[in-house]
Amino acid sequence: MTTLLETRALEAFYGDFQALFGVDVTVGEGETVALIGANGAGKSTFLRAITGLLPAKGQKVSFDGQEIAGLPADRIHKAGLAMVPEGRRLFPSLTVEENLLIGASGGRKGPWSLAKVYDLFPDLVAKKNNPGTALSGGQQQMVAIGRALMSNPRLLLCDEISLGLAPKVIKDIYEAVPRIREGGTSILVVEQDVGQAMAVASRVYCFMEGRVTLSGPPGELTRAEIAAAYFGTKTDEEAA
Amino acid sequence: MVWVNAIVQGVLLGGLYALFAAGLSLMFGVMRFVNLAHGDFIVTAAYLMLALVTGFGIHPAFAVLFVLMALASAGYLNQRILLNRVLGADLLPPVLVTFGLSIIIQNALLEVFSADSRRLNAGWLDTASFRLSEDISIGALPLLMFVAAVGVIAAMQFIFYRTALGRMLRATSDDPEIVPLMGGNNAHIFAIATLIASVVVGIAGIFLAMKTNFDPAAGPARLLFAFEAVIIGGLGSLWGTLLGGVILGVAQTIGAQIDAGYQILAGHLVFLAILVARPRGLLPKM
Ligand SMILES: Nc1ncnc2c1ncn2[C@@H]1O[C@H](COP(=O)(O)OP(=O)(O)OP(=O)(O)O)[C@@H](O)[C@H]1O
Ligand SMILES: [Mg+2]
Repeated sequence: MTTLLETRALEAFYGDFQALFGVDVTVGEGETVALIGANGAGKSTFLRAITGLLPAKGQKVSFDGQEIAGLPADRIHKAGLAMVPEGRRLFPSLTVEENLLIGASGGRKGPWSLAKVYDLFPDLVAKKNNPGTALSGGQQQMVAIGRALMSNPRLLLCDEISLGLAPKVIKDIYEAVPRIREGGTSILVVEQDVGQAMAVASRVYCFMEGRVTLSGPPGELTRAEIAAAYFGTKTDEEAA
Repeated sequence: MVWVNAIVQGVLLGGLYALFAAGLSLMFGVMRFVNLAHGDFIVTAAYLMLALVTGFGIHPAFAVLFVLMALASAGYLNQRILLNRVLGADLLPPVLVTFGLSIIIQNALLEVFSADSRRLNAGWLDTASFRLSEDISIGALPLLMFVAAVGVIAAMQFIFYRTALGRMLRATSDDPEIVPLMGGNNAHIFAIATLIASVVVGIAGIFLAMKTNFDPAAGPARLLFAFEAVIIGGLGSLWGTLLGGVILGVAQTIGAQIDAGYQILAGHLVFLAILVARPRGLLPKM
């Protein structure tokens, strides 16, 4: 398997506050990888650092054979890295269709088009002229995913796409994953729901307090290992 | 009849005010950017036009083209080199920087063109008019100004709501932080917004040069009219800005009809009244 994304000892800062401490993550071509971890573990920060939203100048992030650390976010996007940001972040003054179209601004060629996205999420067809924010949470999430797909990414980053949605809706959305992979796009999802992450991913990374505490294929990880990596092994007495 | 005439003239004058205001409205809409040097840019465009036509004897059509191209490039570069650096969550730095620019521009104009008030001779445009009735006639220049204002607003509206560029501008206005995730470059998009605004500033300046006497200190008053038109119309609404300009123009001509000294005061009073009655303006978008 060829490596698509690779970070080496990635660090990230918000001003003086260090949020990531030497994170190594790799995603192979065609893989679906999940990042899990508690609130504040640094999952979103990791995505922000590789997409260029947080400066990663001078660090090691290679993507599709190219060094992307320190490049401006729009250049990284054009290299084929698309993100569905936490909280969806649809543009409120754009219609559903305009939100989708703007995802294609980078001009990358590939299998995705408006028609393909509507085919993937048929619910959106009837809503295409509505403002993006007038939709249900699940439909908004579909727009956010469609918007990212419109750029024909090599790697799709999804930050908590199931957050706040009903189980039925989550299932609908995750049903799109195989079809996204068919188009030649690898996927990195951030999930708080460990069960969901295990079900969808071929490999998982667990983050805690800015570090990777566990990684491997879901089949090889035990519940106890995951719990320890997720919440930390320290008891209150040890920490004190 | 004199009142009808005042209203007609006021509507036409409103076209000029809408031209003053449209660029300001666009820059605020896309970048939440308040440009205190806006009026001085308009006056600079007026001087540039005057210098080209009367100083260098260039044909007015070429002069117009040159002014618009000069303004477009100056606007783009000014945004990329200077103004983008002060954009941010804090509204104060852009205000301070453009206030400084305003003073620099006024003094530079004073140095080059002296304090004398000037006007560009528009030839037949100055005198031609259409007679509507016994006491109402419409001057060719005011009519052209109004038509230009409607055309400019319609063109901006088209760019904003019907093109990929406009989509990007609206998205940037909504949430600039994630625009790079769509492949957009904020610094460039902001500069394009300023470029469009600067072309409109150029058009406004050319009409200002033909319409009234102006001098190096004329900028702040144009800025004030522009502000009033934008606020009356409602922030972020381009047609609202046209409406705001027209209301301001009509208020001024009716004021002037009552007493020549009341022209400016009447405009301000109507502005204040609307601000009290509808703080978000008549056609608010934001
Ligand atoms: N803009 C910011 N400024 C300062 N600190 C931040 C900022 N965003 C996040 N942090 C801090 O960085 C750490 C990691 O946050 P991050 O958002 O990456 O966590 P997360 O794993 O995505 O959590 P969640 O599951 O709640 O989304 C947290 O301690 C958080 O408080
Ligand atoms: Mg997060």
